[in-house]
Amino acid sequence: MDTNQYLEMFLEESKEHLQACNEQLLELEKNPDDLAIVNEIFRAAHTLKGMSATMGYEDIANLTHKMENVLDAIRNSKIRVTSEILDVVFESSDALEEMVIDIEEGGSGKKDVEKLVTMLNQIEAGKSPLAVVEEKTVKTVSEEESGGLVYDDFEQTVVSQSIEQGFNAFELKVILRDDCLLKAARVFMVFEILEKAGEIIKTFPTVERLENEEFDSQFTVVIITKEDAEELKAKVQKVSEIEQVEIRSVQFHSAAFEVATTMEAPVAGPVVQSAQQTAKKEPTATKRSSSAHSANKTIRVNIDRLDVLMNLFEELVIDRGRLQSIATELQNAELNETTERMTRISGDLQNIILNMRMVPVETVFNRFPKMVRQLARDLDKKINLEIIGAETELDRTVIDEIGDPLVHLIRNALDHGVENPADRIAAGKPEEGTVTLRAYHSGNHVFIELEDDGAGVNRTRVLKKAIERGIVTEEIAETLTDKQVAELILSSGFSTAEKLTDVSGRGVGLDVVKSTIESLGGHISIESKEGQGSLFQVQLPLTLSIISVMLVQMQKEIFAVPLSSIIETAIIQNSDILNAHNQRVIDFRGKIVPLVDLREIFDTGLPEEPEELKSVVIVRKGESLAALVVDSFIGQQEIVLKSLGNYLQSVFALSGATILGNGQVALIVDCNALIK
Amino acid sequence: MTAVTENNVMKTIVFRLLDKEYAIEVDVVQSIEKLLLMTITRIPGVPSYVKGVINLRGMVTPIVDLRNRFDLPEMEYNDNTRIIIVNLENFDVGLIVDDANDVIDIPVNALESQPEVVGSVESEFVAGVAKIEKRLLVMLNLDNVLRPIRNVNADEN
Repeated sequence: MDTNQYLEMFLEESKEHLQACNEQLLELEKNPDDLAIVNEIFRAAHTLKGMSATMGYEDIANLTHKMENVLDAIRNSKIRVTSEILDVVFESSDALEEMVIDIEEGGSGKKDVEKLVTMLNQIEAGKSPLAVVEEKTVKTVSEEESGGLVYDDFEQTVVSQSIEQGFNAFELKVILRDDCLLKAARVFMVFEILEKAGEIIKTFPTVERLENEEFDSQFTVVIITKEDAEELKAKVQKVSEIEQVEIRSVQFHSAAFEVATTMEAPVAGPVVQSAQQTAKKEPTATKRSSSAHSANKTIRVNIDRLDVLMNLFEELVIDRGRLQSIATELQNAELNETTERMTRISGDLQNIILNMRMVPVETVFNRFPKMVRQLARDLDKKINLEIIGAETELDRTVIDEIGDPLVHLIRNALDHGVENPADRIAAGKPEEGTVTLRAYHSGNHVFIELEDDGAGVNRTRVLKKAIERGIVTEEIAETLTDKQVAELILSSGFSTAEKLTDVSGRGVGLDVVKSTIESLGGHISIESKEGQGSLFQVQLPLTLSIISVMLVQMQKEIFAVPLSSIIETAIIQNSDILNAHNQRVIDFRGKIVPLVDLREIFDTGLPEEPEELKSVVIVRKGESLAALVVDSFIGQQEIVLKSLGNYLQSVFALSGATILGNGQVALIVDCNALIK
Repeated sequence: MTAVTENNVMKTIVFRLLDKEYAIEVDVVQSIEKLLLMTITRIPGVPSYVKGVINLRGMVTPIVDLRNRFDLPEMEYNDNTRIIIVNLENFDVGLIVDDANDVIDIPVNALESQPEVVGSVESEFVAGVAKIEKRLLVMLNLDNVLRPIRNVNADEN
């Protein structure tokens, strides 16, 4: 079967199911008695098994099948959930993940799962998974004994399920003539016939060996088909150079079942097994259909296509701007009306396109619980991770980039933030540390916060190290606020861990986090109280491509100020300007706000005649405000953000450029750089 | 030098600055634009040879004045002034030149390393010189001419 076209879908879905498995497993760890959770995991594993079998990834199918057996035993209350069992299941799901990733990277998805399978078998048998007995070797059913092939559990299931559904399962023993020259060719011809008749589920020897002619003169094929034995036999015999074809329908001897059924039921035999299978299948089938009902309403779209759509739409936005300016110039009523309508429609379209690209941060967050669990174990700490607001949506491009920085922050919080249980008890805190990961929308931004109740930033230690590393001088160090000190740990070449651990503390960590976030147009800040914990706040733009700006004029030049940083615009009188220690400030709604003349910063030149009134744009960065002086306001517009390219890698106070309706380039002011 | 054909010649675009002729490989040249048809948006706080950015068919492209870059006297732009858009590995840049009107095949063996004294252009910008029928062509090392501009800070200006 040509499965290439389904590969992508398989990978995506497998990842989803594995993720679901992991999440539910974590849940199960907390509520070991909740059988509903076991059901969920069971369903995910079951689907994964089916998919991987269809795609021909036997190791995955095998392992999931075993997992499924264990889960089944759990939900039928045959065995009880213990952390020992969960560890093995977690390990299995890790192994599955590895295999899926291997497939994604072009590998064969093969992995030695024998040990895990044995352990799962042990659990299923009601024994401790650690006592790996040689029971594996009890898989005695040799070829001679059963008079055919050895079937593993998975193959048995497939066969019995097919029989239930009215298919026949046959074992075909094909014996080639001794003088047969092109054995592989004959094999190929037989396979071709059989594949038309049904599905081949097993061969002996393996297909590779058959293709390489590594067999004597006979081979066996197991096929599931609707055709009857005689018909099939006749067809195969038409291939020349075949001595004989023996056909027998597949019947499981009780011996072949021993391993699989010991703990499920004392009675062996295909009939019982099929009954069990039906019973097992029915509830999942009904559940499946109800979930399929809602799943119908979504389709998967390749992100590349959405990117193309986005690019095209960006072009449209530029032309829309051009059309608007032409319409304003011409002052033709009908043209105006049409452009207005077009603007409205394209506005809606823009919302839809942007929304299509929005992905819940969940997709990033959901790998953290497992990571934290593992890390906490490695570090011998007790940590509870709380996730709030995982449904918050962000642009796909931002999502793709934000994962690694967050991993780093979490590792940092676990390693350096939360203390050892002993230290915590000594400090009068609960033994278990709490790390909270929070995401929420605010204005045109998404905030992601990581809060821990650990030791916080130790001012003296951080300052000592910063001075040692030459990041600040001693004089400056004295004057820094606690917040500024905390943010020193984001500077490059800084690592406060006394010894390097493999969790974090390579000294390249947090500054990389900072630069990644800033390259996304975001911002990171730290608040920390010594002894009480730290709060890392990451501010990210909702989307990276189309933003609303206020266009302002300075002499002959037009600049764009992102609306997301603007609080309001105002006209002030010269007399409103106060001088405070080398800094001109204004009193804005009871707050002292520093005045920044953009015309000086951007060298545009000042108006020839002294102004009575000044136009200012009040912008903010976090809590701080600034008033930017410009010549005049032009208006609000949606623009497409374009980078200045790699040649101009960092230009002060500019975050990019855009193309205006008249085809000219306008620069976008980076307000964050203007506020200290 | 990637533009070596089977005859061992290098196809180059030749342009003029003041009275000297320079050459760059044709492979890196994306297009040649008339400067007067373009509107340049100035960028504050960058070295003076970066004249600004233009809208090149929807792409925001930085523009470098080569006269400025080579410390040659400035001149009013006129009808002959051209912008040569070059694609380097990581970015596109437009070069302002006095004139660009020739494509010349330079035999690879005609290319010599730069004599000790060749004029006002700093040697790190020059990849070599070639003499073709009484014309002296200076091959430019664009990687050095167009080193990315980083960490420009208003405080330092």
